[in-house]
Amino acid sequence: MSEHKLTQLKALEAESIHIIREVVAEFRNPVMLYSVGKDSSVLVHLARKAFYPAPLPFSLLHVDTGFKFKEMYDFRDAFCEEIGADLIVRRNESAIEKGMNPKEFGVARCCGALKTTGLLDALEEGGYDAAFGGARRDEERSRAKERVFSMRDEFGQWDPKNQRPELWNIYNGRIHDGESVRVFPISNWTEMDIWSYIREEEIPIVPLYFAKERPMIERGNMLIPYYEENKGQLLEGEEPKMIMSRFRTLGCSPCTGAVRSDASNMDEIVIEAAAARRSERETRIIDHGSNSMEDKKKEGYF
Amino acid sequence: MTEFNFELTKEIELLRLVTVGSVDDGKSTLIGRLLVDTKGAFEDQLMAVRKKKRADKVSSAAEIDLAMLTDGLAAEREQGITIDVAYRYFATPKRKFIMADCPGHEQYTRNMVTGSSTANAAIILIDARHGVLAQTKRHTHILGLLGIPHLIVAVNKMDLVDHDEAAYEKIKADMAEYCAKQGVKDLICIPMSALTGDMVSVRGDNMDWYKGDTLLETLESMSVLDDLDEKPFRMPVQLLNRPQTADLPDYRGFMGTIASGTVKVGDEIVVKPSGKTSTVKEIVTFDGNLQEAFAPQSVTITLNDEIDVSRGDMLMHAGQEDSDTKALTANVCWIGDEPLENRNKYIIKHATNQIKAMVSDINFKTDIHTLAQDEADELAMNEIGSVSFKLQQPLHYDKYADNRTTGSFIIIDSFTNNTVGAGMIV
Repeated sequence: MSEHKLTQLKALEAESIHIIREVVAEFRNPVMLYSVGKDSSVLVHLARKAFYPAPLPFSLLHVDTGFKFKEMYDFRDAFCEEIGADLIVRRNESAIEKGMNPKEFGVARCCGALKTTGLLDALEEGGYDAAFGGARRDEERSRAKERVFSMRDEFGQWDPKNQRPELWNIYNGRIHDGESVRVFPISNWTEMDIWSYIREEEIPIVPLYFAKERPMIERGNMLIPYYEENKGQLLEGEEPKMIMSRFRTLGCSPCTGAVRSDASNMDEIVIEAAAARRSERETRIIDHGSNSMEDKKKEGYF
Repeated sequence: MTEFNFELTKEIELLRLVTVGSVDDGKSTLIGRLLVDTKGAFEDQLMAVRKKKRADKVSSAAEIDLAMLTDGLAAEREQGITIDVAYRYFATPKRKFIMADCPGHEQYTRNMVTGSSTANAAIILIDARHGVLAQTKRHTHILGLLGIPHLIVAVNKMDLVDHDEAAYEKIKADMAEYCAKQGVKDLICIPMSALTGDMVSVRGDNMDWYKGDTLLETLESMSVLDDLDEKPFRMPVQLLNRPQTADLPDYRGFMGTIASGTVKVGDEIVVKPSGKTSTVKEIVTFDGNLQEAFAPQSVTITLNDEIDVSRGDMLMHAGQEDSDTKALTANVCWIGDEPLENRNKYIIKHATNQIKAMVSDINFKTDIHTLAQDEADELAMNEIGSVSFKLQQPLHYDKYADNRTTGSFIIIDSFTNNTVGAGMIV
């Protein structure tokens, strides 16, 4: 190997930093979507690298559903404080007041109200013309078709059949008033890359990603985290059990499952990811159904 | 479980690939096959595309609808065609592959240009029954223009021509002849059947007459070395870094991704197009200052003199710059709905610079069948030709053959803001 050669992770890092800087150079008012998950942790880390020694030139926006795990809220607040990030939290308060939840209203309606509408409202309120997101193309087959700069019309909607060609590392950031872009700087990273990079760079992540004995409800193949507050989730005959488990992805607590695992540190998580035979999205209820992710993306979901 | 070696994972090389083909020549099946054979697809993703919905496990690639695995959009699955570029990721112990899967439909050639521009290698699919088609030639010509170093011709569906060596040899000879005219240096032809898997990752029993490597062996062993670090230093400036904080009141750094070459602390630098000079004070990164940086690292450079540098400027070594000009000539792939015409005005985005440009001459349009250079007064969607532009401001550029980053640009329609062309400077 020549001495002037980057490891593949460092090559991905350089590409992502380039993208983040292009957006700050060409857009008036960018914001970084922050979901508190592992991909967000990597994205924020890359942004800090991009602008060092200056502070982050944009805010972090968390579109909260009120259904996140307690550990996620604790981590979010401590992490943003530590790195000195300007954190904006927005929720679809009117839907939350009406008691929106996936059990009664269904997953699609709940996601639509709390995530998609919550996001579109927050973007409009902030007047952002560019929003960074941590989506990766390897996550889901409609995401595999997304550009790095993904154009959105005035309604925040995506037209997958009419995407701008994207050539070399030259990104076309020209938009009309009212239009915006979603930008995905870690498009080319795989789940394995994310875990390896977190390990190499010692990036802080929510403790739920590490295995420990947790109270869980076993339902079919799923492990559903059990909390005192949501006793109501128990079905006839179910009983919470302490199970050695962890989360591969983090979303809303009613719709995110855990996996059985003994991986309690980063080395073990990377080894587990390398051997994984099932996709991480499998533990996310929202993705199931034939075109579910694509439909949600067209509507404006990340 | 075998022992996991963290050090070895650092040796993994990145190879950017593009796959192109005509409609129905089995591209989705080939990619599905590669994903299954390298375990780039997960079990639950395979289960979702199994042919027998009641099967409770998938034990071989024959049991799944391989094309369904890759066609991500609803319209694609309904129409049974691939509309848009999809990116796929798979890895072997030696390499990680980023594969741009490009549709073969003629009207979607623009997506092929998108998928190919960053590739180190291309796989061109040919149906063994049909041989080299007009589409194959168009794609090969574009891949040649885009400077893809390695072309792999996958002669697919060999099972449908009784694994006939003569059919393969005919296609190989036709492609060799066409590629010679394009200046393609590295051409590899492999007979295969993506459906049965022969010569994709396993040899199979049907084509003992073929002595070369399988597709996967070829992908794993082909050279990915580039000579980017040996070329002259070029760094397009993306942004100024001016923290203006209490501890860094006067800090001025220039942020960018090194397009080619290397740069060291103390090097004499010239800023183009202003021509001002200084020396490198520091090469700053989050992980600490560097003594030397190289392409394609993203860094921040500070200089010893306070000179005017802004976005769109290019940093280079003194003595290695050419003169700037207010004109350029390029091979252009036109991907806009409205044709390119003489005296039309556009915006050219070159590296980090956006400048106004006017078409001063359409030198010729290439006939992709004969490669003849025909006279033309416009370039329509999907056409390729040589175009000269007049620029509003001086620009420093390199030839595309010398530098894919500083020799390329996109053409933007200033009314629609759409990307309407891809340019490769000659």
